[in-house]
Order: sequence, then structure tokens, then C-alpha cells
Amino acid sequence: MSDAKPDRKVPPEGTSAGNRAPAHPRTGAASLRPFIWLRRAFMLLVPLYLLAPIVVILGVSLNQRKVLFFPPQGLSLAWYREFFQDPTWSQPAINSLVIALFAGLVAISIALPLAYAAWRYRVRYAGLLTGLGLAPFALPPVITALGALVLWIMLQSYGKPYSVVLSHGVFLTTLPLATITLGLQTLKPELVEAARTMGAAGGAVFRTVILPHIRPYVIAGFTFAFVLSLNEYIIAYMTVGFTVETLPVKIFNSLRYGYSPVMAAISFLFFLVAVVLFGVVGRVGDLPRLLGADAKE
Amino acid sequence: MLLSWPALALTVLFVVPLGAMLAVSFFRRDVASFFQPSFVLDNYARALSAFNLERLAVSLGLALLATLICVLVAVPFTYLLTRLPRRRQAPYLVLVLATLSLSEVVAAFAWSLLLSRTSGISNLFVWLGLMESPVSWSPGFMAVLLGFVFIALPLTILLLYPPVSRLDDELVEAAATLGANPLQAFRTVVIPVLRRAVAGSSALVFIFVLGAYVVPQTLGRPAQWTLPVHITDQAILKSNLPLGAALAMVLLVASSLVALIILALGGRGRGAPERAAGGVTR
Amino acid sequence: MSEVRADLCIRGVSKSYGATLALQDVDLELPGGKLICFLGPSGCGKTTLLRIIAGVESVSAGSVWLGDVELTDVPTHKRNVGMVFQSFALFPHLSVAENVAYGLRIRGASRQERRRRADELLALVQLEGLGSRGVAQLSGGQRQRVAMARALALDPQLFLLDEPLSALDAKLREAMQVELRRLQRRVGITTIIVTHDQEEAMTMADLVVVMGHNRVQQVGAPMEVYRRPVNRFVADFLGSNNFLPAEVLGEGAVSVLGQRLMLPVPAGTAGQVTLSVRPEDLRLATEKPAGAAFEGRVTFVRDLGRTVETFVRVGEHELSVLGAPALAEGTPVWLEVPPEAGVVLAG
Repeated sequence: MSDAKPDRKVPPEGTSAGNRAPAHPRTGAASLRPFIWLRRAFMLLVPLYLLAPIVVILGVSLNQRKVLFFPPQGLSLAWYREFFQDPTWSQPAINSLVIALFAGLVAISIALPLAYAAWRYRVRYAGLLTGLGLAPFALPPVITALGALVLWIMLQSYGKPYSVVLSHGVFLTTLPLATITLGLQTLKPELVEAARTMGAAGGAVFRTVILPHIRPYVIAGFTFAFVLSLNEYIIAYMTVGFTVETLPVKIFNSLRYGYSPVMAAISFLFFLVAVVLFGVVGRVGDLPRLLGADAKE
Repeated sequence: MLLSWPALALTVLFVVPLGAMLAVSFFRRDVASFFQPSFVLDNYARALSAFNLERLAVSLGLALLATLICVLVAVPFTYLLTRLPRRRQAPYLVLVLATLSLSEVVAAFAWSLLLSRTSGISNLFVWLGLMESPVSWSPGFMAVLLGFVFIALPLTILLLYPPVSRLDDELVEAAATLGANPLQAFRTVVIPVLRRAVAGSSALVFIFVLGAYVVPQTLGRPAQWTLPVHITDQAILKSNLPLGAALAMVLLVASSLVALIILALGGRGRGAPERAAGGVTR
Repeated sequence: MSEVRADLCIRGVSKSYGATLALQDVDLELPGGKLICFLGPSGCGKTTLLRIIAGVESVSAGSVWLGDVELTDVPTHKRNVGMVFQSFALFPHLSVAENVAYGLRIRGASRQERRRRADELLALVQLEGLGSRGVAQLSGGQRQRVAMARALALDPQLFLLDEPLSALDAKLREAMQVELRRLQRRVGITTIIVTHDQEEAMTMADLVVVMGHNRVQQVGAPMEVYRRPVNRFVADFLGSNNFLPAEVLGEGAVSVLGQRLMLPVPAGTAGQVTLSVRPEDLRLATEKPAGAAFEGRVTFVRDLGRTVETFVRVGEHELSVLGAPALAEGTPVWLEVPPEAGVVLAG
């Protein structure tokens, strides 16, 4: 980059001890201390804003009577039971899960080779494709949905289940692409070179060095794609809304015909699933790092 | 070849649909088979009618307002978040991710409840003595705005997270040693350094909000129905795919223009150094 | 500048982060106008101490005084200290000149004043003409000088540098050591440099504060700290050293490996102690000398270019000697400890 002539590269972390004092624990710039109450209030209000609707949903879902009322009058898990037992609800749920699973796999199948090729070979059109891979998310969602509709009509596949799997897969490629690219960027090239000097050929290097390193990023990317596909409405509606009902589509349709606390129960379960999945990802991997923070500390 | 499947998938499933949609916008409507290939400009004539242009203006205005609010909230929030120790960031991040992945349908449903007369927060205000009787705030302008901010805020936070977390504390400390109080440091160092990142995130969030369908449909009265609502309306309910496509193209052009303007506001030139690869920085 | 600089006093300062102790009971009186080095291995707390002086970290206990003004609770932006960070922390969105003039801009100085001062300071660090460059276009050495110019722009009371030379290559480092020294003499400002490189400290400092295990181990002029270490840590950290177990026999006499040596014994020291002797001080003889000497054999000889290092095995200890003529391995030799060279250390 530019015409900078560094005297020498700053040695990467982890080299000779004594070369770099360990970073002092991040207590935040001391100059921010006077504003501590403002900070605390802010850090409290934003999560509150995000959680408020969830709390309401939870309350409604636990309500004993079949009325959307908050705070709940009498607690009951009846609506959760109804969700699991009533096929008009459990079928769409299964549809959503299956679609999400395969869509996630499609997304990974596109993102992984793309990210790897762009990192390894730095070919010009790999860069172009990466831009293309990041683009679907940069379109207004309704347009992506409409485009998908037109495409499948033209291919005589309107309403077929694989249409939504493929459209979701492409639409959600952006997320795994971003996470895997991030993961590859944090991989030190010396590790690959070291493996090669020890006799590993291309495929072995990939299996033994690269894959283990990016595995958390791949899993995180898959989780993002999975959860978003599970919750996605407009594309599912436009492509298979009348043939393969997914859960968001069913909920939306049901809203027209009157409320039922079952919808609240399902909504809360959705939220819970996401929390659990991302919580696990956070446990297994380093969530801040997966989302783009520095590797240090 | 490694890239053959990604190239195929992205071309067929992303580029082609857009091109097809462009083509369809010139087709004639056909009740039986969705559309009839031809070349007419009727659809665009309708798409650019006074009514639809007004819808476009409302859409752009609402999206910009929502984006502005999101950025004003997300920048300080993300900054404070990233100054916490890693372990303490995790719960916030999980909450943000979980909320982000929440279906737009569920979000709209939840807010319609939250703002309703029977089970909404107006009951809380009545209980606190701030209001006389509970009131329904949904559907309405505030409801749509709150709904937009709700679905877009987590996205904004996540987009800002990498650049903000890489913002070196030492920059702020250096400013302090040079006499800048915390507010001055934020204004003269943090914000300029983040300018490009904020612009980029804003552009993406703007497009995302602009393309939302469920929130304006559920939480808004017809006066607040944005273009996506009408696009879906025409395409599915009124079986007028060509008109829907034309409206979509208008939306696409308008949103791209606004997004480019926002990006241009981010300025070129000296921003924060881009992500460091490996260990080489500075 | 013939300004009289105030002394910096650190009284009983301790710092912990939760359960982790970073600094313990630091008491220092640092004379104004001098170049002081905080020297120690990584993790010893030297950077923490520097940051406390800057105000960027708070103390858990104790106080910091500059002259008769207490700084302890004064926020950073009111302290008027100039600091150069290890990463330089140059503002990426500002040009070189804008970086240097940043402090003045915060103070509300006029554009002419800012430009004048920026030019003046850039000339001081020999970067004239680079004012309009972007920070990313500079080399590491240039960036460091910009950081120094920026820190000095407001005529601070203290000039603090955190490992300023560690990012530079060896040749540039040497040149910068001399330049820093020259700069400090010229400006006359109280300067504190944190470093883990003893050679750096020896070359540049008027006063060395040796730190280890989160405490101050010894304070003194470079040569004094080198020649008269007060404990094993300091003796071991600075340069290489030989250590032998010894026993105090009385005032001015110790017994080492069966030999009676006449050496100054620090007051209050008794019983088991350690004797330290620098390799360059040990005298090697091929014939048994008249006075007290240790008998041993040459095990290994290393030619270092300007001198020869000889390893001698005495009993179960291996000692290093510098400056002796090269001998064949296995040669029986005697080692003498000149009375002015041996240092008795407690413990």
C-alpha cells in the first residue's frame, strides 16, 4: 500500500517475550470515567428497548385465557403445548427447519470456496465474485424476493420447495462469506508455509491447517444463515407462500384471521432458539472475534 | 475449478433474477400465466404516477429517519460496548444477534401488541399516572418508526462493531494528554476516524429498512405504506407482476442513488486504516 | 531552556485490576529536568506506572505529586503531560502538521500560531517539509518523531515515552537513542522512558529505575545500578553476572567455596548470601595466585570478536569470564575476585 517505507514490520504478537509488554487490561479510556452514569443508563436503555417486545410476547404467550392481554392473568403453558401438538402449527415449523438447514448448507457451499479462492489465489474475478456474494444483502429484501419469484416462474419451478432453499441460500451467502473471509484474514500465512515445509500438499494443508482454524467461522456463518432463513418472511412468501408454508408465513397469515396466543408462544420460542444457538456459538468460539474485533487480548 | 459452483449459483440465482425482473417490467400483464413477453412502457407510466411517487417519497423519508435514529443510538452504544472486557460483551452480543434474527413478522406482531390499547405500554403510563386512559398507538407513524428502528438497530450495531472495536483506545488517550476533554475527544477523534464506517453502515441499513415489507404493512396505516407494500400487493394479490417489477426497479434506482449519496458523505481519503492482515499494522 | 523543572514524587502508589496486582508500594523521587528510564522485564508494571503519571490510569492507592501540586485526581486533559505511546497513536484522519498542532487546536490557538508552532516542532525533530503528508505515508521512524513533536507541542511539564524504540530496527534504534538524548538536553524537560532494553537505559538515562515483580527494585545512575546492584534481581537483569553461594563471616569478610574473601558486606546482612561478580571483572590465572582464588577447569571458549568468553567449571558451578586469553579446553585455571568487583547480595 502507498509508498510507505517501513523500517521493518512490527513483529506479530507472540514473538520473543520481552519484546512487547502485555497490553494493559482494557478498562476503557480513563477520560471517560466522569460520564459513568450516562454510560450505565445508555447501556441499560438500549437492551431494554430490544427486549421490551420480547417480554410482552412472553407474557402474552403465558396467558391463561385465549386473549392477547398483558400482563398475563394466570399463567399457563397451554399455548406452547398447542404449538407442539397442533399439526397446523408443527408442520410449518418442520418446513421452516428443513428449509433453513438446507439453505444454510447452500450458503456455506457458495461462501466457503469463494472465500478460500479469493484468499488463496487473489484472482481478479474472485474479487468480483466476492463483491457479488456480498451484494444480495445490499438489496432491498422485497426486490430480492420479487426477483426470485420472476426467476422461478420463468424456470417453471414456481412453488417448488427447492426454489426457496436455493433463493435463501444465495440471499444468505453474505453472512458466511463475511465470517469466513474474516477467519481467513486472521490466519497467519506462516502456518501454511510451515505445513508445506513439513511436506503437506494442498489438500492436506487445507484439511489440517486451514479448516481447523476457520471451523468456528464456518459454524458461525452457518448459524447466522440458518437462523435468518428460519425467520425469513418475504422471499418465502413470494416463492412458496402458497405451497410450502413456513412458520413466519403461517404467522403472518394467521394475523389476518385473528390473534391467538399460540403465535406469541411460537414467537418466543423463535427468540429462545436464536439465543441458545448464538449463546453456544459464543461459548465455543470467541464471539467478539467472530464478529470482527481484533485478535489481541 | 473451485469457483465454478459459486459463480454459477450467484449468476443464476442473483444476477439473472435481477435481469429477468428488469425484463418483466416491460412485459404485459397476463392473468393466466403471470405475464406476457412484450415491450410496453405502461408499467413505468403507472409506476411513476403521482400516487406512486408520493409512496416513494414516504418510503425514502421514513427509511432515512429510521436510519438516522439507528446511527445516533448505535454509534455511542457500540463504542461503549467495545470498551467492555470481552467476556462482558458476550451477553449484549447474543441479545443483539438474537433480535437481529427475529422474523420481521414476529417483530411487527410484538410491537403491535406493545403499542395496543389492551396490552400495550400505554397501560403502564396510566398506572404511573402519566396518562388518563390507555391508547392504541398502532397502526400509525410512530409505530412504523419504532418498528423500523427495532429491526434495524441490531444490524447497525453489528455493522459498526468491527471498525469501532478496532478503534485504538490509545487514540482517545493521546487526545486526552493533548488537552481534549472526553467530549472533545469524541468529536475530534472518534467520529472523524469512524466517518467512513458509519457512512457504509448507514447506507446498508437504509437499504435494508427501505426494503422491509411486514413492518409498514402491519404497523402502518395506508398513509405509511411504503413502496414494498405496494410492490407485494401488485405482484401477488393483484397478479400484476409487470407493474410490481416496474415499481421494484424504481425503488432500486432511488435507493441506490440515496445510498451513493450517503457513501459520498463518508468522504474518501484518510480514514481509519483498514483491517490489518496477519500482524502487520501501522 | 533554563526553566527550573519541578520534581516528580510518587508516594506509596499501588495499582490492581480486580484481583491482579500490577504495582505495589512504589515510592520514587524523580528530579526535574533529567532523563529517567523505567527499566524492567515485561509485566513488571513499568508501563502501568507511566500511564498513572500521565493520568490515563488511576491509582488504587497512593499519590502522585509534581512539585507541590498533587496530580493524583487530576484528569488527564488537565495535567499537561506529553506522551508518546508505543503504537504512536497518531490520528489517521489528520496530516502530520495537524497532528502536531492538535493540542493547540484544542486550546483554541489561531491558525497562524498553530502553523508556526508545527513548523518549529517539525524542525526540532528534523521532519521539515513533511507537514502536509498523511500519517500512513510515513516510515516507522518518521512516525515516532511526529509523535514526539506532537507530545512536545504544548510545552508539557513531563515528557513520557512508552517503549519508543522497540518498533525500530537496530541501526535506527541506535541513532534514535542519541537523538532522544540530545533532544532532552536541548529542551531540558523531565523525561521518563519506559524500556525493557538495558543497553538503551544505560546509554540514555541520567537515572535508572529498575523494576521487577511489580515493585521498584533499585534506583540510581546507570553505572551505579550496574556495579552495585542491591539484590539478585537487579544483578541478574542488568548484563550477565556470575552468582556463587556465600556465607558472611564478619564485617568485610565472606566465605565462598572454601575461600575467604575480603569484601564489603552491606549492613545488617548475615548468614547465607550470594556473591555476584561480573564476567569482565573476574581475573583468570594459569598459575595458582598468592591470595584467595577458586580452582577450576576451562570447559568452553567462545570468541566474541572484540573479546573472548571463557567458561570455567568450579566445583558444581560454571562461571563466565570475559577478556581472558583463549585457552584450550580442560586447562586448569584459577579465578580471583578483585575486592572492588565482588558484590554481596542478601539471600
